[in-house]
Amino acid sequence: MMVSDGKKLGLFLLFTPFALWIGLLIILPHVGMFILSLKEKVAPRVYEYGLDNYINFIQEPIYWNTLLRTGVMSLLVTVLTLLIGFPVAYYIAKIAGKRSKGALFLLCLIPLWVSDLIRAFGWILLLRETGVVSKSLQSVGLIDTPIEFLYNDATVVMGLIYTVVLFMIVPLVSTLDGMDNEMIEAGYNLGGSRLTVLRRIIVPYAMPGIVAGCIVVFMLTAGSYLTPILLGGKNSSWFTEQIYDQFITRYNWESGAAFGFVLLTFTSFVVWAGLRLSGQTLSSTVAKS
Amino acid sequence: MLRKPFIAGAIAVFALSHAQFASAETLRLLTWGSYAPDNVVKMFEEKYPDITVEVTFSNNEEMVAKLRATGGAGFDLAQPSHDRIYAAQLEYDIYKPMDLSQIDMSNMEDSLLEGVKANTTIEGEVYSVPHQWGTSGLMADKSKAPDFASWDDLCDPMYKGKTSMRLKRTILLGTAFAMGEDPFAAYSDLDKYQSILDKVADKLIACKENIKAYWKGGDDLSAMMLSGEIVASETWDSTAYKLFGENENIVFIPPSTGAIAWIDTFTLPRKGKADDAAYKWINFVLQPEIVELMSASTGAMAAVKGAKDLLPADKKAAVNAAFSDEDIANLKFFANIPPGVEDMEGKTLEKIKAATGG
Repeated sequence: MMVSDGKKLGLFLLFTPFALWIGLLIILPHVGMFILSLKEKVAPRVYEYGLDNYINFIQEPIYWNTLLRTGVMSLLVTVLTLLIGFPVAYYIAKIAGKRSKGALFLLCLIPLWVSDLIRAFGWILLLRETGVVSKSLQSVGLIDTPIEFLYNDATVVMGLIYTVVLFMIVPLVSTLDGMDNEMIEAGYNLGGSRLTVLRRIIVPYAMPGIVAGCIVVFMLTAGSYLTPILLGGKNSSWFTEQIYDQFITRYNWESGAAFGFVLLTFTSFVVWAGLRLSGQTLSSTVAKS
Repeated sequence: MLRKPFIAGAIAVFALSHAQFASAETLRLLTWGSYAPDNVVKMFEEKYPDITVEVTFSNNEEMVAKLRATGGAGFDLAQPSHDRIYAAQLEYDIYKPMDLSQIDMSNMEDSLLEGVKANTTIEGEVYSVPHQWGTSGLMADKSKAPDFASWDDLCDPMYKGKTSMRLKRTILLGTAFAMGEDPFAAYSDLDKYQSILDKVADKLIACKENIKAYWKGGDDLSAMMLSGEIVASETWDSTAYKLFGENENIVFIPPSTGAIAWIDTFTLPRKGKADDAAYKWINFVLQPEIVELMSASTGAMAAVKGAKDLLPADKKAAVNAAFSDEDIANLKFFANIPPGVEDMEGKTLEKIKAATGG
């Protein structure tokens, strides 16, 4: 009995921080936000419960257009990040030597040591009309007049990829690392072309890493605030900006909370749809990697 | 063995820090960046050794949001603008009335004091007194845009891609004035105000093509202006004065329909715990010699008599280059924001931001 009590206590102690974290920092605030999102202001200091905030969201095209825009751009970022991250991860996991592997991995991590804000300002210094890129192109003689690279959607996509690419590379490297090189050799020996080997052997094996990376990257992108705000132009609204505006500039916490839940539901739906379309499940991918 | 000194040390540190908290009062100040310069805080703490000043920098909207989150706790003195007191108090009950007998008002500029009192009196109680004031208007690089004079000029195709503005309520109001409307008078008739806002939105959406980018803070505005990427912009006067110090061609221009003036106030949060210290701070920073230090840091004028003479030399030159006496007489002071207007203006701003054009 003593042993099993001790074990129970150990389990209990191990589980406590996790339970506290989930309960106090995730579930409790969300319950509070949900209740807030159901309140409607009828007069100063007078509130009623109802679905008005959600109905407002549906009735106002500006809001759901912004949400769709954010979703589409985030998907684009996710796909591009996968295309850029996969070769890098493959090189680190399979081609690089044992020693350079660690160094390369570290190099990928270095940008994370600098805060998001500083990285965004770095891009601004490089890309503005009087910035480094425009000036050097002028001095080489490729262009005559300064070019503005900032304040458009392409810059936002690039800035976001730069911020999140690491979260794609890390799970990919760890999955690919576990793959036996002999599987690839066997594929070639059986007469497979490079493309066939990639398509039939490497990608299926790496699927857990791909799915995990895509989910993390999509969620981070759709919920990011700084990069789209700082690099985006006069037409580029991001949904998180709408939430900020509702909370801070319009003093409308109720509808801000509703928007937060709309974003959460939307991103969860996209992830679910992505899993369904690619024929994967969470347990066969993320849990494995 | 190793543990004991560590524990002893920890106890000592705890006791020390505790002792410090016990004997000293803390003044938690919620204010604008540059409204509590280090040298002023240090002088205050030297004069009142038992008060420690903690400063949090913020802006109007965030001040109200922070106080709303706690019901007015967490800070002992806040400095929102005079138009952010009345409705915020009615809606969220976050401030408490001031005891005016605690404040030395002999030195204050009467018109500003009376203006703020009138704006912030609820049920006979006064909630705020003025601290610093300034204006929003235009700035232009005289060598590149010599004839810049009106809010409309931001949308003049002559300066295509070379102007900027902040997508906030100031530009809505300025544009309305430039169209010959009086938005503040329309605050009492919200249907009329909505029709003005609709006209303003059409105008500003058409104007988008002309704008290079919307600025978000003083820093990105300064960078665009100094690098010559833009030649004119909507601006705070203090930002323009700072740039005047670096390039004398960049001047603040009160628009022909009048610059829009704001007054930042002293206001007590409802659950503030150090009112005495707050009053001491108010009286301290309104002394002429401190006003001088403060204005050097903020670039704005204090609400005291002869404030212009208390500005540092370079700022005084910038003000003189910008304002004539008629311009001062033509100032439009922000009117109290009645409940509901915030929402109408927010929707209009969203519409402008989401519109595709340019």
